[in-house]
Amino acid sequence: MGLTSKSTGTKILDEDIFKNSKTSDFTIGLAGNPNVGKSTVFNGLTGMHQHTGNWPGKTVSNAVGTYSYSNKTFLLVDIPGTYSLMSDSEEEEIARNYICSGKSDLTVVVLDATSIERNLNLAFQIMDITPNVLICVNLLDEAKKKGIHIDFELFSELLGVPVVGVTARKKHTLNKLTQAIYDVCNGKIKPSPKIHFSKQTSKSNTVSEILKKSEEICQKVCTYQKQDYNERDRKIDKVLTSKLFGIPIMLLFLGLIFWLTIEGANYPSQLLAKMFSALQNQLYSLFEWLHAPDFLTGILIDGMYRTLAWVVSVMLPPMAIFFPLFTFLEDLGYLPRIAFNLDNCFKRCCASGKQALTMCMGFGCNACRCRWM
Amino acid sequence: MKHSNGIPLCNLELNKKAKVIDLKCSENELRRFLDLGIVKDTILTPIFKSPFGTPTAYEVRKTVLALRKETAEKIIVSEAE
Repeated sequence: MGLTSKSTGTKILDEDIFKNSKTSDFTIGLAGNPNVGKSTVFNGLTGMHQHTGNWPGKTVSNAVGTYSYSNKTFLLVDIPGTYSLMSDSEEEEIARNYICSGKSDLTVVVLDATSIERNLNLAFQIMDITPNVLICVNLLDEAKKKGIHIDFELFSELLGVPVVGVTARKKHTLNKLTQAIYDVCNGKIKPSPKIHFSKQTSKSNTVSEILKKSEEICQKVCTYQKQDYNERDRKIDKVLTSKLFGIPIMLLFLGLIFWLTIEGANYPSQLLAKMFSALQNQLYSLFEWLHAPDFLTGILIDGMYRTLAWVVSVMLPPMAIFFPLFTFLEDLGYLPRIAFNLDNCFKRCCASGKQALTMCMGFGCNACRCRWM
Repeated sequence: MKHSNGIPLCNLELNKKAKVIDLKCSENELRRFLDLGIVKDTILTPIFKSPFGTPTAYEVRKTVLALRKETAEKIIVSEAE
């Protein structure tokens, strides 16, 4: 999907969503911090294939999808991930405008089970705007791996809104969420946030208060079975970002991908080239049989067909190899580490480490280019 | 409570816990800090550095976030137990 001004601007809010909301029974907003799996929840519920990625800031515009449950249709709006609703970045503005507009009957706030404390900040800010909130704790499998236990009943009681736990990657766990959304929309469960924050003189005071409350709630609700629950991740991170190994490991990874792409693409390329040239001979005989004039054969076969065949046989295999490999690296969560490692270099060019990802993507094109030469 | 002996966060040694005592920054940056959950009294621990020295990863509220040196020097901390 291209990022045109139409797909990222605030305009899209009003037009598309409003149009769709007339044909569905309920409108549900899906909010949460960046990289907590909102898009995965969205895809799981709607059966759509919104691009999901393991890096923050992937969704920059509201995506819309529908699903039905018990004869009711639900319009689901995937709001860009934000840490708060108080800042000025475009994503936050889109998110804030949408939640404040009151167009949705219910806002589902997705939290990362492994860092509930930080995620609660946004949840509280949303509950301050609208009482119709449902908390969905995602990534339960990750939390389980890290020995984090969450008491959902207590959580729900403390907040005054329903809380469900899911692992969006495993679709069957989303049933609980659909049921809860249905119950809230039909008035069977009435969310009434218990915790309110007095209007403070400054935002910083409000946020301090929210953070204090989050800490308190988190202490009651989460139990950490392992004291060193993050130990393994930290160790890996330390190696991947160390002075000694950080850069070599990165070069090794990228080099390996590059090499696999260039070398691996040779075989399918040859196969495609062979297939296309066989077809070309067939076309020649066809044109001869039709007594086509020479110039026509020249334009259509020697010109158009041959170039097209060449481009496809050279470009398609490396792309078909590079992008899945890159996705694999992305799923490992390695890309943010590259960004972290290279930030200082990119900073010198007045860019940020995040651009390293775009640069790596560009390798895909380089691989094609190398083969072309 | 002694406020005078605070040091900028970027000068804090790795794996030393510290508590935020002051944020010396503009309104915009302050908001960014608030989003990330950094306010007065927040506990931060630097856990690892990028190969080029900056940015540094800090553990805050059970998550990890990376701050550049220029950003971290605006956060004044005092070592905490």
